[in-house]
Amino acid sequence: MQVQDLEKIFQEKVDQEIKIEPRDWMPEAYRKTNLRQISQHAHSEVVGMLPEGNWITRAPSLKRKAILIAKVQDEGGHGLYLYSAAETLGMSREQMIDDLLSGKAKYSSIFNYPTLSWADMGAIGWLVDGAAILNQVMLCRTSYGPYSRAMVRICKEESFHQRQGFEALLVLSRGTAEQKAMCQDAINRWWWPSLMMFGPKDSESTNSDQSIKWKIKRKTNDELRQSFVDMIAFQVKVLGMTLPDPHLKWNEERQHYDFGEINWDEFWSVVKGNGPCNKQRLAARRKAHEEGAWVREAAMAYAEKKAAREKQKAA
Amino acid sequence: MSKLIDYTLHLADTALIISHRNSEWCAHGPILEQDIAITNLSLDQLGQARNFYQYAATLINQDNSSTVSEDSLAYLRGEREFKNLLLTELSNGDWAQTVLRQFFFSVYQYLLYEKLQHSNDEQLSAIAAKALKEITYHIKWSGEWVIRLGDGTAESNHRIQKAIEFLWEYTGEFFIAADYELIDVAQLKEPWLKKVKEIFEEATLELPYPVYMHTGGKQSVHTENLGFILAEMQTLQRTYPGLEW
Repeated sequence: MQVQDLEKIFQEKVDQEIKIEPRDWMPEAYRKTNLRQISQHAHSEVVGMLPEGNWITRAPSLKRKAILIAKVQDEGGHGLYLYSAAETLGMSREQMIDDLLSGKAKYSSIFNYPTLSWADMGAIGWLVDGAAILNQVMLCRTSYGPYSRAMVRICKEESFHQRQGFEALLVLSRGTAEQKAMCQDAINRWWWPSLMMFGPKDSESTNSDQSIKWKIKRKTNDELRQSFVDMIAFQVKVLGMTLPDPHLKWNEERQHYDFGEINWDEFWSVVKGNGPCNKQRLAARRKAHEEGAWVREAAMAYAEKKAAREKQKAA
Repeated sequence: MSKLIDYTLHLADTALIISHRNSEWCAHGPILEQDIAITNLSLDQLGQARNFYQYAATLINQDNSSTVSEDSLAYLRGEREFKNLLLTELSNGDWAQTVLRQFFFSVYQYLLYEKLQHSNDEQLSAIAAKALKEITYHIKWSGEWVIRLGDGTAESNHRIQKAIEFLWEYTGEFFIAADYELIDVAQLKEPWLKKVKEIFEEATLELPYPVYMHTGGKQSVHTENLGFILAEMQTLQRTYPGLEW
């Protein structure tokens, strides 16, 4: 069959909402885009464990400590599902991790910001996970089967993450002046980076059109960002806090909130490696990987010995 | 009553401190699956600690109509009040030291809770019975790691030997009863040694020669590690007293 015919069949399947599976023919660019996106997503989950892991030993109550540990552990689990989904596209987890550690592969820039107070745990749950959920709900219907199924599992846990974040902030917002200040400060620091999570503006985004045609994405960056602003602008009132944007205003005509301009220089600067924690995050992942090398080797050596012994026994 | 409270706090502190140490691995494990596994252990142990603290709080509040809570017991007691076993507060070291500490502890904890589930105290008995299922898995998980490292590579064998040398002298305390203990811990020594020997044999490891055994944790005389653990853990509760989080 000609490539054009294969492409036609592929696009028809996508149009008819039939999921693409690992053994199906797919355009090389579709495979590459999915692999890049899913592995980035997996790396984001794993690197994302670090900023929250930073507060596990300092969580202010046993209940909060239990919730935080469970949440960070969930993120590790999400990383696992996603690495498995990405592996179906023909790259091993080892290779993906090497690409992360060498700086070749990216992860979500949001995790390059520091967690400076306990309130950041709430703000990450509410804003960062809130932004991630909008993207992930859309991805439950993405055209690549393994990715879509991983997202369905992940979304269930993420909505719990967002709720616990909001609830943690709610307690602070009803607390003392110090707790309120802590809460507002965390919102101020995390608001703009959260908006950046949706990526460049549609007019600047290079991959958007093709990804929408292939139903890898179903909404554009700007559409998702607008839904997020509308949702959070409403919820922040429940907290009695404000968002750090003087241009935030309900637009009756559009039936959406208008909001100010994102600092795109900052966005690109963090993407390029100059965020406050880019180096620390990668260094922490490298350290865990390097210090774990002898452990992985030992496990492998033992498994081989054991298999050889069993083979000998059977013979 | 005060003996029962002290004993419950000893069980709670021990579970909390080992949970805290294991949680330090979260996001830093040698491989993602094991990062998740050790974090899971930490969560199980935190759950056990909370059950014991909540029970201790009920007992204390009955006793003198004070209003302590699981959090005040965990966050507002100091180094000279915590009654955890010394072994649990030792630094994580490398993966060999962590899994071996877990193995030594889990085997002991299993034997202890097995007795405790038949205690006349209904609460302690219920908490122990519930925890035994988790601890069964902790022994399996940590025991398999001891075997893997002992019988893995020359390096892993060397590292676990070093871990044995370091940790062994903190195991004697398990079996020396404090005056508040409800279980005769001395009789757990033999079955503990038997299980350790069994796994060590499979791991091609040898039991060390008898050495001096450190004690004091049960009496709140700790190593230098505990002060730092508590300083970190209690920071928010100490900085902003009396708040809800």
